[in-house]
Formats: sequence, C-alpha cells, structure tokens
Amino acid sequence: MKVRLKIWRQPNATAKGKFVTYDMDSVSPEMSFLEMLDSLNGMLVEKGEMPVAFEHDCREGICGSCGLYINGYPHGPQKLATTCHLYMRVFRDGQTIVVEPWRARPFPVIRDLIVDRTALEKILVAGGYVSVDTGQATESNTTKVSKEHADEAYDSAVCIGCGACVAACKNASAMLFVSAKVSQFALLPQGKVEAKRRVQRMVARMDELGFGNCTNSYACEAECPKGIRITNIARMNREFWKAKVCGQKTV
Amino acid sequence: MIKQSSITKKFIMAFAGIFLVLFLLVHLGINLFILPIHVNHQEIFGQAVKFMTSNLVVKVFEVVLFSTFIIHMAYGVILQVQNWMARPRRYKKGGWSQTSFFSKFMIHTGIIVLIFLVIHFINFYFVKLGWTAAPSGQAPVRGDHDFYPMAVNLFSNTPYAILYIVLIILLGFHLSHAFQSAFQSLGLNHSKYSPIIRWIGYLYSIIVPLGFICIPLYFLVF
Repeated sequence: MKVRLKIWRQPNATAKGKFVTYDMDSVSPEMSFLEMLDSLNGMLVEKGEMPVAFEHDCREGICGSCGLYINGYPHGPQKLATTCHLYMRVFRDGQTIVVEPWRARPFPVIRDLIVDRTALEKILVAGGYVSVDTGQATESNTTKVSKEHADEAYDSAVCIGCGACVAACKNASAMLFVSAKVSQFALLPQGKVEAKRRVQRMVARMDELGFGNCTNSYACEAECPKGIRITNIARMNREFWKAKVCGQKTV
Repeated sequence: MIKQSSITKKFIMAFAGIFLVLFLLVHLGINLFILPIHVNHQEIFGQAVKFMTSNLVVKVFEVVLFSTFIIHMAYGVILQVQNWMARPRRYKKGGWSQTSFFSKFMIHTGIIVLIFLVIHFINFYFVKLGWTAAPSGQAPVRGDHDFYPMAVNLFSNTPYAILYIVLIILLGFHLSHAFQSAFQSLGLNHSKYSPIIRWIGYLYSIIVPLGFICIPLYFLVF
C-alpha cells in the first residue's frame, strides 16, 4: 500500500521545526507503524538524509516509550494499543498520515518526534512509591486484601506512563496518570500508610510542572492504551480532600 | 487563587456550579408563573418576586449568589488560561479523540451566558436598584417594581425573544457537561450512581432550558 506521511521534523530542542512530507510506495499492511518508520529511515539513510528520530524500546506494548500523535490520536486511531501495536492495515491505501510529537509544555521536544517525558518521573519521585516494609513474598498472604481492591489496584497499576493521556487531553492535564498511581497505592494496605502525604505531594508536583487542569472531557480515558479509567481521577479527588481535611498540615 | 492546587480550583468550581444549578431551578419555578398556568398566575408571580426582593434571608442569599457567580467565572477563566498555557503549541491535526463534546466549549458557552446575564441585569436587576429605566420608559426609581409587565413587554419583542431562546439553548449546552462534571470533580463517582447522575444531568440540561424557552415561545405564538 501507499501512504503519504507528514512528519514533524525538528533537529534539536531550540530549532523551529516543520512538517516534512514523505511518500512511501511499498508499505506492507502487516507492518507495525514503527516498522514502517524504520523502513522510511532506511530510505532516508540511503539518500544521505537524517533519519526521523522517534522513541521505542520493547515494541511489546508495555514500556510506554513509543508515543506518537498520529492523525489526531495519541498512539493512532486503534483503541487500546500503543504505537508499536498499531498496524498499517488500520490505514487506507493512499492515506495521508500526520505524525506529531506529544504536545504539552512539560513535554518539550528533544528532536523530531521525541519529547522529554521526565516530568512524569518527577511526579513519581514526589510520592509514587511505598516506603513501608512490605515483607517477603512468603508473607504476602498475611496482609488481607479484598479481591475487589486487588483487582482495582491492578487495573490502575497497568499504567505504563506513556503520556498519551496528557497528549489526548485538550488541557494537557496529567490527571489520569497521577490518579492511576495514587489509586494503585491508595487501594492497598501497604500504600495507605503514606496515602495522605502521597496525593498532596504528587498533585503539587503535577501543578508545579505546568500540566493543565482536568475539565472532565474524558479524552484521556478514550485514548489510554491500557484502559485506565476516569474513576481513578474521582478517587484521587476524594483522596486529596481526605488528605487536606484530615491529613498533616505539612507535606 | 492562581497558586491553589488544580484539584482545589476544580472543587470550588464544582461547588459554585451546583449552587447555581439549584438557583436556576428556583428561578424557573418563579418564571413559569408568567405563563397562565394558574388562574392567579400573575398575582403569584408578583408575590414571588416581592418575596425574592424583600425577604431578609433571600437578600443574604443574593450576596451568596453574586459571590458564587463571580467565583465561578473567575475560576473558570483562571483554569482556562492555565490550560491554554499548558499546550503552547497546538497539534496540526488534533482533537479527534472521543470526548464529552460540550466540554470543549465550556469557556465559550460560559462567556455567552455571562453576556446574557449582563443583558438580564440591565433589564431587571438594575431596574430594581433604580440604576436603569424600566423597559416601558419610566424613570429609574429604587423600590418596588411590577416585573410582570416588564417581562411580558420583553418577551413580546420578537428579536429579544429569539435572542433569549438562543442564549438559553447555549446555557443548556453548558449545563449538559457541567452537571455530571461537577460530581466527578467532587470525587463522587460510583459504578451504580454515576450513570444515574449523568442522566439526571442530561434531563436537567434539556428540561430546565425548555422551561425557560416556553415563556418567550408562548408570547411569540399567542
């Protein structure tokens, strides 16, 4: 199949950047999107041009590296899939595909389609951990966890931190990501110990880094490749107020 | 205000919004008596207006109501400006994700509702305060006013009635997202009750504007 690609090219963080059009004449529908980009880069190298820089690691949909904004959707139009799990058969023969990097103030472009997502790491550093002794694996059954809470915590923990929620949100808000991390711990007894401090610190860090405010548009939920639900955001709002009203004054 | 956490700001927006939603119900309840739904509808409307303009408790609530409006607007603008700043460079091809449709236009419908409020104040509230003349042309007098002929006068004016209907429809769009959004912002999400809240929100955003629209429609048609 043939596709026309309009790809954002930006040689470095300070350069202006522009869209460059590339025509691909022999794309296999069975190729993944990243394989198609590999193929494009092969052609560019042969011509002596700079290849398109894009991030990728596992190519198994679990590392969260390969975030591209494709034709108006983070990770492309396929639901519940990362860019590496997006296949060219999703597109029409002859279709024009616009490929852009994540756009958000806390995600500055490093080069071409690669953005700096350390802002998400900084939020985790602020409180996305459990520092109490959780014991050895053999002790796991000594702490009672209900099946419902274990399931919900797991559903929140599957967040891979790719940033698609930020990319999809019209406000570039990171609420879905932060709420998934807050929920994952708040639902389990080991996480409850630091719950009040954690939510306040993570929300404060999120705001400080310049992410937008949540206006409940729910685009994040629609685009999350791991199906993280907006019920996490409501839980985080509750956790935040529980912490504000009944928690410590200093965080 | 600007330095408050994003969740605090949303909480305040939601509380203010819910208060305004409740106020709108009271407002509609009184307005409906402009229509001949009761033999003494005009008298009941007059009594209700008198109660709302003279009762001490209502006067206290009036201050709360104005503060709520100002808080809701101020926070709305702050949140929107921060949200625009969070994405300085827009997407070339963006906004295709499935989303709550009217959430995209809350600031726009909000500004239109504000314009409507200003017109509304000039026509009614400022008349009551004696700041502006009544639509019939009488000189500004502070004190009691018979709002019934003023309302009938305005609604019988076709361009005003059409403008009123359009603005109320836009208010309905604002409410259709606002209602369920307020509950989500307050953290009130439940697998059993959230769908019910969503439906109540949709019904509210259809029935309440319809109720308001009925009044100018009646004067346009009859």
